Amino acid sequence: MNEAVRFHFVVDGEDFTSAGQASVSVKKNLRRLGIPPETIRRISIAMYEGEINMVIHAGGGEAEVVVYEDRIEMILTDHGPGIADIDRAMQEGFSTAPDNVRSLGFGAGMGLPNMKRYTDDMRIESVVGEGTTITMTVMLA
Amino acid sequence: MTVTELQQALSLTPVAVPEGDREVEGVYIGDLLSWVMGRAQSGNVWLTIMSNVNIAAVATLSDVACILLCEGVVPEETVRATAETKGVNILTTDMTAYEAAKRLAELGL
Repeated sequence: MNEAVRFHFVVDGEDFTSAGQASVSVKKNLRRLGIPPETIRRISIAMYEGEINMVIHAGGGEAEVVVYEDRIEMILTDHGPGIADIDRAMQEGFSTAPDNVRSLGFGAGMGLPNMKRYTDDMRIESVVGEGTTITMTVMLA
Repeated sequence: MTVTELQQALSLTPVAVPEGDREVEGVYIGDLLSWVMGRAQSGNVWLTIMSNVNIAAVATLSDVACILLCEGVVPEETVRATAETKGVNILTTDMTAYEAAKRLAELGL
C-alpha cells in the first residue's frame, strides 16, 4: 500500500444526537484495512471527542482521515470561535460547555485530554474568532 | 461469560441484545461519557444511568461488551433502534450501580 487512503467527513453542527457518525465510519473502514483493534480504538475515541467538540463549540466542521503506511493522521477543521487559552483547555476538568450539553454526559473537560492521551502527537492551531484546526497522529507499529 | 448468560444470571431486562454471545470481562461504572471513553476497557460491562442516544456511540467506540442501565432507567425507542443497528447490547435493572456491581463481583467479573 503505497498510496495513502483518505476519508473525508462533514460533521453536522446542528444534530447533537447523530454526532459520532464520522468516528463510527472511520472505525469500520480501518477494520477493513486490517488495522489492529487497539489502534482502531484509540483513533476512533480521539476522533469522537473531536467530533463532539466541533458540535458543542463550533457548529460543526470537517474531518479528514489519512492512512499512510506508517501512521494515521486525523485533521479536524472548524470555523468556530477558536480556543482562547489552549493550555487551560488541555487541563482535565476544564470545560466551557453549556449546561444542556453537560446533562447529556458531555462537558466533563476530558475531550482534548483524551485526544492527546490516545494519540502519539496532537497539534492545535487556533485563532480566536476564526476557528480551530487539530491534527492528530497515531503511529502504526 | 457472555452477555446473554449475564442477563440470565442476574435477571436483567434486555433492551437490545444484538450480540448476546459477546464475552464480558471486567466492569466500569460512570456517567460522564468522555470519562468512560477514556477509562473503560474493551469487553467491560458498563454501568450507567445515562440513557441518551450518545451512549450507543460511546459503547461502540470504547468497545464495551454491554451497557447496563441501573436504577430502572429505560431509554427511548430511538436508543433501542440505534443499539440494534450498531450491534450494541443494552440491558436494564432496577438495582443501583452499587448493588449491580456487588452482584457482578460475586459472578467473578
